[in-house]
Amino acid sequence: MTLDVKNLSVSYGGKPILSGVEFTLSAGQWLMVVGPNGAGKSTLINAISQGAPYAGAVLLDGKDVSRMKPRERAKRIGALAQHHSVGYGFTAEEVVRMGRYAYSGGWPRSSHAEDAEKTLAALDQAGLMELRGQSALTLSGGELQRVFLAQIWAQDPSILLLDEPSNHLDLSHQRQTFDRIQSWLAQPDRAVLSVVHDLSLALAYGTDALLLRNGETIASGAARSVLSQETLRRAYDIDVHDWMRRMLRQWQE
Amino acid sequence: MRDRTESFRAYEYAAFILAAFAVMLLCVCVGSVRVRAADALAVIWGSIWNLPLPEGVSRPIIMSVRLPRVLCVALSGASLSLCGAAMQGLLRNPLADGSTMGVSAGASLGAVIALAFGVTIPGLPFAGAMTMAMLFAFLSLLAILSLAYRLDRSLSTNTILLIGVVFSMFAHSIISLISAFAGERIKTILFWTMGSLAGSTYANALALLCALVVCGAAILPSARELNAFAIGEDNARTIGVNVRRVKLAILVSVSALIGVCVSVGGTIGFVGLVTPHITRMLVGPNHRRLLPASAFGGAVFLMLTDLLARIIIRPLELPIGVVTSLIGSIAFIYIFAKTRPVR
Repeated sequence: MTLDVKNLSVSYGGKPILSGVEFTLSAGQWLMVVGPNGAGKSTLINAISQGAPYAGAVLLDGKDVSRMKPRERAKRIGALAQHHSVGYGFTAEEVVRMGRYAYSGGWPRSSHAEDAEKTLAALDQAGLMELRGQSALTLSGGELQRVFLAQIWAQDPSILLLDEPSNHLDLSHQRQTFDRIQSWLAQPDRAVLSVVHDLSLALAYGTDALLLRNGETIASGAARSVLSQETLRRAYDIDVHDWMRRMLRQWQE
Repeated sequence: MRDRTESFRAYEYAAFILAAFAVMLLCVCVGSVRVRAADALAVIWGSIWNLPLPEGVSRPIIMSVRLPRVLCVALSGASLSLCGAAMQGLLRNPLADGSTMGVSAGASLGAVIALAFGVTIPGLPFAGAMTMAMLFAFLSLLAILSLAYRLDRSLSTNTILLIGVVFSMFAHSIISLISAFAGERIKTILFWTMGSLAGSTYANALALLCALVVCGAAILPSARELNAFAIGEDNARTIGVNVRRVKLAILVSVSALIGVCVSVGGTIGFVGLVTPHITRMLVGPNHRRLLPASAFGGAVFLMLTDLLARIIIRPLELPIGVVTSLIGSIAFIYIFAKTRPVR
């Protein structure tokens, strides 16, 4: 399983947001997309999930993703948006169950029992069993984030595109979520691309990294080499390593 | 828990249909001339099968005046409410209804042109207005969609809302212009724009029924997709909904159905906006339940308001649009206050 992104460019109203981004994502890789605000990280996820018009090509196992049927695409690629809101009072369970949509048409069609089972399993994994009957309008930001993560688990794709998966999550849920993604990734034929701001998380969990600034690629490759002192300075204009160490030193007694 | 995500069961549908028929019978019986329910049933049954009719009951009142009108009212109510529920879900906007796209304003314009310039079909007094309304509904739909596509190929919600509002304003300004110079015909035009189903015929009911069956067959199976849109359009795309195709199909079916409704009964406001809300408070936001429940709720709601419009200041009639707004707003606030803490 390989996701090939070739010479990808996006512009809104003549203003370039991403220019000529290229990378290959293979099974077992967790690609961390990092960079300062306005680097085009979210746009990259939107383009790959076919939510923004782009130039260039996105190929999944050599097949053009933009030509795939929406349901077929959703079975292979799942995406988590950066912000969530739910219109009307759908319950957490109803929102999670929508993740099974791709399996509701075409062939093979999943059974009702299978959908219900996968929905419950996803709710359980996200620790949402107690909240499942609650209206999504009454959930907190972090709970809503977990609901949409659970929806992706129910969707069961082979590639995850996650825009700030740690958004709104407290530390213990951040850890739980990232561990969960890591064990999911350990199964064969799976890959993750995630946008993160927390460079410590990027270093701890990423196998690879893509560093963007103003839509241009600053560096890409193995996570540790991309997140080196010199390259990070070029993207963020500060000494990131020094800053991180100073932050940690506060905790020493 | 499971019950809320499933669609209705057969016995629930049976209860809905029974309730709708009970209200329909009530509307046939009550009015300036009261008829006993048994007599009304006997007359209707007898007329269908050509049997001898009971003595002392006026057949024309039941068969030529009240029954066709009640049928049209029920079908209009169901259609308007179904369209409202679909549009509120599709656009994820609680203020949307079937007229949001602007097609109903276009249909009104067609009817007003027919009334003002005396476009008639010999022998059928309102058929000219009806045909013109349908024609203009179709032309408006073409105009609105081609304009929307030209501005924004993804047909985003904001584009649709904006174009709908602008197109409605445009159509209404021409209606005002025509009305200003209409002279004596202003009364007919005013009566028509306020919405009325008085004088409806079986032909009207048949037109509404066909439209409801055809468009309903396109809207009702899209309940899952509408759920996805109601949660959020971006989310709908990532879980695999063919966003553009579903949107186009819903917009076209809703517009066609609304076009037929307006051509039969003029613009009857508020039903399409409020009935889906009331229904949503009662059965939840899942469109598998919301769509059919809205259709039945709209039928019952409009039949009852039409009944009130007929009997409040007997023997005069109130315009039905006035009554729908009056009753709808009060019922809405009452139910809103009662159910709000739950959802």
